[in-house]
Formats: sequence, C-alpha cells, structure tokens
Amino acid sequence: MRTSTRGSRRLMALAAAAALTTGLLAGCAEDSDDGPSNEGGGGGKTTLTVGTFGTFGYKQAGLYDEYMKLNPDITIKENVTTKTDVYWPKVLTRLQAGAGTDDIQAIEVGNVTEAVQTQADKFVDLGKEVDKSQWLDWKNAQATTKDGKLIGLGTDIGPMAVCYRKDLFQKAGLETDRTKLAEQWKGDWGKYVDLGKEYMKKAPSGTKFVDSASSVYNAVLNGASERYYDKDGNVVWEKSAGVKTAWDTAMEVATSDMSAKLKQFEKPWDQGYANATFATVACPAWMIGYILEQSGDAGKGKWDVAAAPTAGNWGGSFIGVPTASKHQKEAIALAKWLTAPEQQAKVFAKQASFPSAPSAYSTLKPADATTEYFSNAPITEIFSASAKTIPTQYFGVKDQPIGTALTDIGILQVEQKGKSPEEGWDAATEEIKDVLGQ
Amino acid sequence: MTSSKQALAHSASSADAAPGEQPGAAGRAHGRGTPPEPGPGSWRSKLYRWDMKASPYAFISPFFIVFGAFSLVPLLYTAWYSLHNVQLSDLDGQSWAGLKNYENLLSSDFFWNSLWVTFTIGVISTVPQLLMAIGLAHLLNYKLRGSVVWRVVMLTPYATSVAAATLVFVLLYSWDGGMINWMLGFVGIDPVNWTESDWGSKFAVSTIVIWRWTGYNALIYLAAMQAIPADLYESAAIDGANRWQQFLHVTIPQLRPTILFTVVVSTIGATQLFGEPLLFGGVSGSKGGSGHQFQTLGLYMYDQGWIIGNLGKASAIAWSMFLILLIVAAVNLLISRRLRKSQ
Repeated sequence: MRTSTRGSRRLMALAAAAALTTGLLAGCAEDSDDGPSNEGGGGGKTTLTVGTFGTFGYKQAGLYDEYMKLNPDITIKENVTTKTDVYWPKVLTRLQAGAGTDDIQAIEVGNVTEAVQTQADKFVDLGKEVDKSQWLDWKNAQATTKDGKLIGLGTDIGPMAVCYRKDLFQKAGLETDRTKLAEQWKGDWGKYVDLGKEYMKKAPSGTKFVDSASSVYNAVLNGASERYYDKDGNVVWEKSAGVKTAWDTAMEVATSDMSAKLKQFEKPWDQGYANATFATVACPAWMIGYILEQSGDAGKGKWDVAAAPTAGNWGGSFIGVPTASKHQKEAIALAKWLTAPEQQAKVFAKQASFPSAPSAYSTLKPADATTEYFSNAPITEIFSASAKTIPTQYFGVKDQPIGTALTDIGILQVEQKGKSPEEGWDAATEEIKDVLGQ
Repeated sequence: MTSSKQALAHSASSADAAPGEQPGAAGRAHGRGTPPEPGPGSWRSKLYRWDMKASPYAFISPFFIVFGAFSLVPLLYTAWYSLHNVQLSDLDGQSWAGLKNYENLLSSDFFWNSLWVTFTIGVISTVPQLLMAIGLAHLLNYKLRGSVVWRVVMLTPYATSVAAATLVFVLLYSWDGGMINWMLGFVGIDPVNWTESDWGSKFAVSTIVIWRWTGYNALIYLAAMQAIPADLYESAAIDGANRWQQFLHVTIPQLRPTILFTVVVSTIGATQLFGEPLLFGGVSGSKGGSGHQFQTLGLYMYDQGWIIGNLGKASAIAWSMFLILLIVAAVNLLISRRLRKSQ
C-alpha cells in the first residue's frame, strides 16, 4: 500500500523487464494467458486470488493467514506485480477481455478515475454490500460512478506531514520542536520554502533542505482542491489554481540551491536517506515505512515528524471485485474483511499504511520501534488530523501521465538542466498535448 | 546467383504441389521418397504414401502455428489498430481513424526525435562494438594459454540479464557518488549529469550495449576466423606480409560475409533498442530523460501504448518500426549483392 502518484516503483527490474517484453511482443492478443486459480472446486475449497502492486501489507500483517483460519474452506493467493505502470495496463486488458483477472484487484488512486469512468461495468457494485459510512467521504467519492456505483473499497490513504532530520535542523540553527515548526509554516508551503532558505544559510556541509522540487510540487498539489481535471471531467490543468501554486512553489525550490535534485524512488534517493543528504521530505503516511527502511539504524531517533503546511493526500488504493471473478460472493466477503477498520489498523501497525476508515483512528498504534525512530512523534495524531481535513480531489483519466509530464519533464528540466521555469513549463505543455492527443 | 534462382524456382514449384497432396490425390502423386509398393490401390499403401507426404508438414507445423498465433496475428492486429483510435482503457470503443495516426506521427517532434536518437545510439554503439569485436577475435585467434577461459569470459556479459547489467551501469553513471564521475574528478573534469545531458546519456546507454554485445560478436568473428584456411596465411607470410598486413589483406576479406551478418543483426538490435534505455531512465524511463534525449523508438512506442494508453498511435509506431526494418533489410541486400559481385 505504499503508493504514490507514481505508484510504488522500487525498481524490481527483472520483473519489469520480463513483463515489458511479453507486453510488447504479445500486446493485446495475450490477455487470457494464465486464467488464474479459479479451479477451486475440489474438496469444497475455494481459491481466491488477490492482485496487488508493490507492498500492500496484507500478507506482512498476517491477514491472509488469519482469514484462512477463520474460513477453512478458503485459500488465498496473492499475485504481486511490483510496478504500477506494469500492473495497471495488464489489469485493463484483462478486464476488457473478461478473463484472467484476479478475484480481487487493487486499484491505485491515480488510476481509480479511469476505472470509474471506463471500467465501471467490469466491477461489482460494492455499495450495496458494505456500510459506506465507515470510510472517509472523499475516499468513497473517488471510487463512485456518476450513478452511485461503488467499484472499490478504500484501503489506505496518504495524509501528509513533513518528516525532518532534527539533528540537521539543529546544526543549521533552526527550530527543532515539531509543534513550533508546524506553527512556523502553517497554511502555506511558501513558508516552508522560506525556511529552506534559512536552512541553506547555515546548512551542514553536503546537505540540502529538501530531496527534490518534484516532491514539493506533489505535496502542494495533493493539498489543492483542483488538480488537472475539474469536477465534470474536463481537462483544466493549464488554468488550475492548484497546479499554478504547486508549480510556482516547486520553481522556487528548483531555481535555488535547496534541493538535492534527486528523483524519488530511484537508487540515489535511497542513498540520500542513508547518507542524510537532505533534511526534509514531504511525508505521506506510507513514507514513514520507507524512511525506516532506507535510513536504517543510523537515522534512529534523528528523524521527527511535523504537521504539513496544508493537509493533503498523496497516494492510497482501493480493492475491487471484477465481475469476471468466478467466486464473487467469497471475493466480496474477503474484500470487506480486508478493508474493515480492525484490519486497516493491523496493517498500520505493521506497515504504517494509514487507514481510510476513521473509526480505526482511535485504535491506531504504531509499532514501538517506529515511534522511537521518529523521536516519539505522535504520528497517529498528526496523520489523523491531516486525514480529516483533506479536500475532495477530482482525478481524471490521464491524471498519471499529465503529472509525470509536469514533474519528470517540466520540473526536471529546470532542476537538472538549468532551463528557465518558462522553458520547463513549455516542455511540459508540449508533452501533455502529446498525452492528450491534441 | 543462378543457384539461388534455381533454389527459388524449386521451392516455388514444391509449394504449388502442396495443395495437390491431399489424401485423395495420393494415387496421382509419384513423388520422391515413395518406394514402389505392391498393390498400389491398397489402403495400407495409400496410408503409407500419405504419411510420407504429410508427416514433414506435421513436424514443421508447430513452428508455423506458434508463429501464426503469436507473431502474425498480433502483427496484423497491430496494423488494424494503427488505423483506429484505440485507448487502452476502452479496447472495444475503437473508431476508424484512417491514416491519422501516421499523420500525427510524421508531424510529431517526439517521433522524429526518437528516430534520431535510435539512429545515433545505434551508430555510436554498433560501430565501436564491431570494431572492438574484430580486434578481440583477432587476439583470441593467436595461440593463447587458457584460451577457453578467455572465450567464456568474453561471453559473460552477453549471458548477464539486461536488467542486472543496466542497474549496475546506472550506479556507475550516477550523478553524485557514481564511480565514473568520481574518476573524472581525478582528471579534473566536472561531474557530468549522465542521465540528463544530451550526448552523455546517449553515450552511457551505448556503453551498456557495447559491453553486452562485444563479446558475443567477437565469438562469431572468432569462429569465422578459425575457418580461414591456414595456407592463406602461410603464403602471405612467404610473400613477406607481417601480422597486421595479414589481418588487413587475408582476415578481413575472408570475414566479409560474417561482418555483413553481424552488421545486419546489430542494426536490427539497435533499431529495437528498449531495455537498456528504459531501465537507465529509472522511474519514468519510458520518457527517455526529461528532454527525451535517449528515448528510442521502442521507448516511444511503449510510452504511447502502455503509459499514456494510446494504443492506436503506439501501433502506428510499431508498424513504422517494421517498415524501417524492411528498408534496412533491403539496403543490406543491395550492399551484400554488390559485395558479392565485387569479389
């Protein structure tokens, strides 16, 4: 469930390469190659398959084993595709072929609008099966079609905070108390950037304030109520106030020297965590687990978490049941169980993936090791507070590629090639035109 | 020339004969391989003859069935798609577009850019690679201690997966902390941003290709070199040619068909270059860098089809690549004819 708008893309290159080759060679003719696992039948045992990408944490938190113990006639198998951009095209082709899908299929937030708008008839309407009020309203809204069909149940969400290195802040002579820091930048990411300028004046050698301009861009954009599309599904990215604020803030970072100029989810970024070369990172809940993993023992007790300037949501997923599933009833029951508040709390305890069910918040407990690692920061309260004030955001069919064009073409050209913000914007514009087929 | 023409005519006539070779027509046939049988009308002998005729087709059919199912049908399907507006998310909702996808391509900067990138990376990877391969093969052709070991070592990069190799190169070329920039630092050269610079990235991708394929080509050359009769060298030596002159005037001319073969294979490989740049580009690898500086045709197709979801246009790119390969093959045919004539 560690997801981002780029999906969770830790390069598992072998899998990627293999999938790419088959994808390229066989294209669409290959849809129904491995109709998985529906051969349950024998001995009354039903095998359910769960298709996910990245680390969802169900297995890690022992949920499958628990469910199989509660339901002896069910066997669960998880099919993981590591990269979202490999996973999703595969799901799309299989959904349309009506064959080869898993009984439960995960949907990333960046793809959910596409699923709602183009694949709604391929998914079971879960709205009648569950008590919708257990999820945050905006989470439900993202997976609901115009005529009120709920195609996916919310798993985690990505409420945002800022993670920072207390030790580096101290060396740079900045405030280190998380509450006072949050006060300093409250309401405006611009103030956060201003603090970055302060930081750079006395920055410990070899360190920068933030990992990348793109991460600042995403942090700002994910708190805005308007992104690339309006409520009615029209492309408005060029005029969107959210995009403009996010772009301008990111440009301020990109044209200063406060960015370590890393690309998220790439190896040098991981090394940046390990070597403490940047002092802050925009921190959706799932980032906690990532920092733990990458910063390692050396970062223990040096990281801290403060509330973000504005609340926002970065990442998060849904699970849906394709109508092609041969065990719909069992699959719906499993999906319901996996996304119930109690189970979400268990995943949080293991992976720090933040629940989309508010009733779980009172029971949330991060692992002791996590708390200790982040200087005893009350991460549960910080993320809960953020989660409750996140605006409803409307995503569009081409949300992902538009976002990639702005960050990986536009911002990167400014940040790494020294182009002017105008040139970066133009390059992104040209790219987006290509994406939208204009 | 004549012999190949004969072969062609021969195969054509046997193909014509094929439809006639139905079970019912077996009595009429009197082809090779049918031994004189007592009682030509007997059921057994009919079966036997039929078996003689049909079995070869049955034996070779798996390839053609698999080829048809997994190559020909997708190829034709791709052609069909390339004439439609097709979105990955709505495969059934396709609408006729005629040649619009191709027109879009021809007017797209990204397409011409990727064509240029494919060409330049192709040249700067293929040329040094083949030159180095010939040199290495020549060295390996000397009597060496442990020659088998050297040959196996040569083939190791080829046996390594693209992904593994590329990931290592990505680390070597990493902007800060990469080994290559670190070494450049010793000579006083400023660190190069290998992924983002225009020629730097092309160079970096080429080195991955060169690293992987040089040994492979060297072994092909070596095999060909060992087939060159030793007396050619002996007589050259008697004529007073030194090693270098022997290489130039005996080895190279004798290798000509082999060189041509490797050039063709490498050109096809270069046109389809995909895995190395994709993985070199990291998380948004299909863009080939923020300025598309190493986006090859293969990457552009992948980006259009599977990232952006525009399958119609991606299919058009696929077919354009196919046409380009046909042109490459035709040019190669012309050159090889000329070479053969000049011999």
